[in-house]
Amino acid sequence: MTDIKNDLETAAHPENLRRVAIDPVSRVEGHGKVTLLLDENDRIHQVRLHIVEFRGFEKFIQGRPYWEAPVMVQRLCGICPVSHHLAASKAMDMIVGATLTPTAEKVRRLMHYGQILQSHALHFFHLCSPDLLFGFDSDVAKRNIVGVIGAYPEIAKQGVLLRKFGQEVIRITAGKRVHGTGSIPGGVNKNVSIEERDYLLKDIDQMVAWSSDAVGIARKLFEQNLNLYNNFGTFKAHTLNLVRADGAMDLYHGGLRARSMDGETFFDHYDYSHYWDAIFEDVKPWSYMKFPFLRALGPENGWYRVGPLTRVTQCDFIPTPLANQARMAFLAFNGGSAAKATLGTHWARMIEMLHAAEQIRDLLHDPDLQGDELVSTGERQERGVGVIEAPRGTLIHHYKVDEHDQIVRCNLIVSTTHNNQSMNEAIRQVARQYLDGKKLTEGLLNHIEVAIRAFDPCLSCATHALGKMPLEVELLDVAGTRVDVLARAADGTFCAG
Amino acid sequence: MVAPLLVFAIGNESRGDDALAPLLLRQLQSEHVSGQIEFIEDFQLQVEHVTDLQGRDAVLFIDADMSCTAPFQFSPISAAHDNSYTSHAMTPSALLHTYVQVYGTGAPPSFLLRIRGYGFELGENLSTEAASNLQQAAARVRAWLADIPATR
Repeated sequence: MTDIKNDLETAAHPENLRRVAIDPVSRVEGHGKVTLLLDENDRIHQVRLHIVEFRGFEKFIQGRPYWEAPVMVQRLCGICPVSHHLAASKAMDMIVGATLTPTAEKVRRLMHYGQILQSHALHFFHLCSPDLLFGFDSDVAKRNIVGVIGAYPEIAKQGVLLRKFGQEVIRITAGKRVHGTGSIPGGVNKNVSIEERDYLLKDIDQMVAWSSDAVGIARKLFEQNLNLYNNFGTFKAHTLNLVRADGAMDLYHGGLRARSMDGETFFDHYDYSHYWDAIFEDVKPWSYMKFPFLRALGPENGWYRVGPLTRVTQCDFIPTPLANQARMAFLAFNGGSAAKATLGTHWARMIEMLHAAEQIRDLLHDPDLQGDELVSTGERQERGVGVIEAPRGTLIHHYKVDEHDQIVRCNLIVSTTHNNQSMNEAIRQVARQYLDGKKLTEGLLNHIEVAIRAFDPCLSCATHALGKMPLEVELLDVAGTRVDVLARAADGTFCAG
Repeated sequence: MVAPLLVFAIGNESRGDDALAPLLLRQLQSEHVSGQIEFIEDFQLQVEHVTDLQGRDAVLFIDADMSCTAPFQFSPISAAHDNSYTSHAMTPSALLHTYVQVYGTGAPPSFLLRIRGYGFELGENLSTEAASNLQQAAARVRAWLADIPATR
């Protein structure tokens, strides 16, 4: 592995460098900022992704009764509220000492795979397909979802309807479109009626077919741009993901598996209820976001990657036939190059979307969804940990509850935080490949954003206010004087400063 | 049967003044139970929301807005290819444009109510200024609804 970390994270003489700031990263939820420090010869010396992560959640949830957590946590994020809903519910299952009934677990799984389907559809068809279909240097006016609909109307419509179907699965299982209450400590508060099941069944075969087509699109894009896709922002990383007891992909529940960048297993089927013995969080002075690492390896060498690429490559198999077939083709492609590539994440994401569609179809045919035993309880515990594979990667919820049933401590490690160092590594590679500081253009800067978007980071959560997301790109000389600036308005257009 | 009017509130009630639209929606919801209006709220607009616009006579989007200089601003909007790069969210005009491209027909007449907000941090309450703006905006929406005849 190239030792780019030592080369680029900390420059030897940063006072002699020029600074290029990209703030925030567009089409990435929340606010991000990329700082590139250039030397007097316009070469990249330092790269950092600054993230203004959501803060204040611990204070927000402290003092609340534990049973409110699965609902309250959905206010964190407008993109993956269901993942927070379910991770918090799993933690609260431990608090109430529950072992889920078959109906409760299957309704939750259905909800989760609906979330995976809709989130992956949104990401591929609407956030990344503009880059992938038009090219990273294409006309900015085309490179968004509206452009995709104009040029590829059928693909775009499929994306809309896949997303809509996933939202309908969530509505039916969670009870509402947003702020759902379906999952509760120890189970669920409703089953899936025959009418609801039949409503979803009438479209599910189409969803499986479109998801399968989407895998084909992702493969074709990779094949057509093989050299670019193999090398763009590619780096080696350790991995972390949940797997089922038999090693299968399981996005709802399992044990933790950590492997080295060379395939060595650090731990497997690890009980996440004491995750803190295996994972620790480092703090760096230049970022609000923490840097998790495998405790045994330490902060410098223990960082890892989570998410679709990790899950598809590190599970032993996918327990649905079409997705597993797609996985085998992915792993075998071009001697395995796609399975190592940052842009291979898009292909892996579509394999997971296909898996989610197949899982939904299987679950809809399971009569346990109509069962009446919805909730269970057991011996009350003071600590609960819930881990789930959210669309972007492993999500950890950890709570401590006092004798008055109030939450007194909370720690969340979200997927984007797990991938913090990995995103920095991808940016560094892209900066080395494409930015030499001679010219600051929107197309050039978009390469960095493309690398970040491969991880689909959710950098903040659900603040939505019109006119609140400008982008400014600033170039400062050695003395700190601004010599160039590009501004991106809230409507996405660029203008010179 | 699709309700002829759609009121769509955009915002997160746990993030300070981002709660403006959901709060207004609930006020209106308690006042209109005739079935003529469907009320929907979500954290942000996304592409699948084009399916909610189908078959409407009119659509009203409500959103908190830091850049709004007046307490509120009510205006008709049209489909616009606005190059939205706003991450996981779309603007109402971009959604209308998407509607035209997905369905091949014009989007229903649509309006946007922007209500001035000031703070959007997680766990914050609605600010006093925003609460005042909310009441002024509510009066404007009631007048708009009163002007629309029952069509079905």
